[in-house]
Amino acid sequence: MSNNTNIDVGYVAQLARLDLDEPTRNRLQHDLEAIIGYIDQLNELDVGGIEPTAHAVPLSNVWREDVAGASFERSTMLQNAPAVIDDELIKVPKVLPGEEM
Amino acid sequence: MSIEVKTLTVAEAAALLAAGKVTAAQLCRAYLDRVQTVDGSVKAFLKCDAERIMAAAEAADQRRAAGTPRSPYDGIPVGIKDCIVTAGETCSCASKILAPVVSPYDATVVARLKAAGFIPMGRLNMDEFAMGSSTENSAYQRTANPWDITRVPGGSSGGSAAAVAAGEVAVALGSDTGGSIRQPAAFCGVVGVKPTYGRVSRYGLVAFASSLDQIGPLAHTVEDAAIILDTIGGHDPRDCTSLPEPDCGGLAAAVAAARNGDLKGVKIGLPEEYFASESSAGVKAGVEAAIAVMKELGAEFVSVSLPHTKYAVATYYIIATAEASTNLARFDGIRYGARDQEAQDLTEVYFKTRGHGFGDEVKRRIILGTYVLSSGYYDAFYLRAQKVRTLIRRDFEAAFRQCDLLLTPVTPTTAFRFGEKKDPLQMYLADIYTIALNLSGNCGISIPAALEADSGMPVGIQLIGPALAEKQLFAVAARFEQARKEQVFTPAL
Repeated sequence: MSNNTNIDVGYVAQLARLDLDEPTRNRLQHDLEAIIGYIDQLNELDVGGIEPTAHAVPLSNVWREDVAGASFERSTMLQNAPAVIDDELIKVPKVLPGEEM
Repeated sequence: MSIEVKTLTVAEAAALLAAGKVTAAQLCRAYLDRVQTVDGSVKAFLKCDAERIMAAAEAADQRRAAGTPRSPYDGIPVGIKDCIVTAGETCSCASKILAPVVSPYDATVVARLKAAGFIPMGRLNMDEFAMGSSTENSAYQRTANPWDITRVPGGSSGGSAAAVAAGEVAVALGSDTGGSIRQPAAFCGVVGVKPTYGRVSRYGLVAFASSLDQIGPLAHTVEDAAIILDTIGGHDPRDCTSLPEPDCGGLAAAVAAARNGDLKGVKIGLPEEYFASESSAGVKAGVEAAIAVMKELGAEFVSVSLPHTKYAVATYYIIATAEASTNLARFDGIRYGARDQEAQDLTEVYFKTRGHGFGDEVKRRIILGTYVLSSGYYDAFYLRAQKVRTLIRRDFEAAFRQCDLLLTPVTPTTAFRFGEKKDPLQMYLADIYTIALNLSGNCGISIPAALEADSGMPVGIQLIGPALAEKQLFAVAARFEQARKEQVFTPAL
């Protein structure tokens, strides 16, 4: 086993923008330590000179003709928005602390 | 007239419709009645809009009366897993975070089904965002195995498998990222197919792990699965990972041609690593019986090795969670979905919406995926896993130089009981036989093979083929299905 297996779930949850209450954080800390201990077995393997596989099927990038196609109406797309302004814009809370709404 | 739909197949329904013995409206009404009768205990459907289905059925009947049915299947309903979008219907992925979302469009697979006259039926339960092996991770309800309602239906396409097994619908779509079609198919005694990666468009499938996800059918018979895959397969300009392969049909014809034939000249590999590990006695007996049946039909069996099998679960849980943490970053409560109402600023919206909207398993996987991609760990985990993925892919390539198809168990055990696997790692390890071919991109099918002696639960076998070898895969599966000892896989329910 290598030294890779340290994880601070609180810190990683910050990176992933996940609010965790303390019992959840403790539970996940325990689970993740076990899981990372398990996946660390890949370090037994010598992978020198092996090409990584990013995709099951090696396809190069596929381009389409650059022509405008039909899209959805704005009103259709806004139907799923949690909050809307003037039937035109998605409303969000203030971006910076202290800023006026 | 009323019609018994519990064991009705798509092919049989099409024949009844063609002969005028039943109308699409009668057929759909019968399925809706069946849902009424049994779904209180099975709980496969999150939603099922009877009015919409009956309106579509009446339209199908009108087309047929006018002599212009869209296909022989016009008017037959197909269950849809809740991660595949249907226009005008909710798509929650069994998650709270997407509870209010109504799709403005059809997934390509749904559009193709509709173009053939199939009617999308309901929203089928699943593990939240397809993360799980028992459907216990749904934020809404616990789907039961129709064979024994104290047991899980498997997952993540547990709703799809349970609905078909219970005869609430003849066929359903699921999605398979690491076994999510084949494992519930095996647990519920139905056929389930994970097509070759790229055969079926993922446009309109909510992404879990983009390089592994494929949509496929769950059905009573190999023939029905072929009919559905013929309908939904083929290149889609809206999914740049869909294969440019022009010929993605012909599977139903391959199944018909295989009927009453033999398996002479077919060479089937038995990967030693899949037989060395701990499968239950019932699973072993089922697989051995299947091998005996295929030998009688003339198939030749050879022993092959997939030496990196023991690393497949670790490799999978690195790659799948890395992709998932990236894909699920879009669910932030801004543009759609359930936004947390107490958040005071934008950052808080992200944290609270995601913290409250995702269940534990999804959080676990987002954290693991974020961790393996994070600075300092990327090379040790993610890049290394991609390299091991190459080794796993090469294992399959080498094996397929020695044989046409592989035969393996689908799962180490038959369906387990609710709450039996509490430790997440134990749940992951149960995916050992299904996971590798998502990494390699091969196609696979799970077929009911036997009933376990003590529990009476179904046992499945898995056939695995090289990329785009579905014709042979289906032909051999269909021939086995016809010759297997146990012929009836219908729960008492």
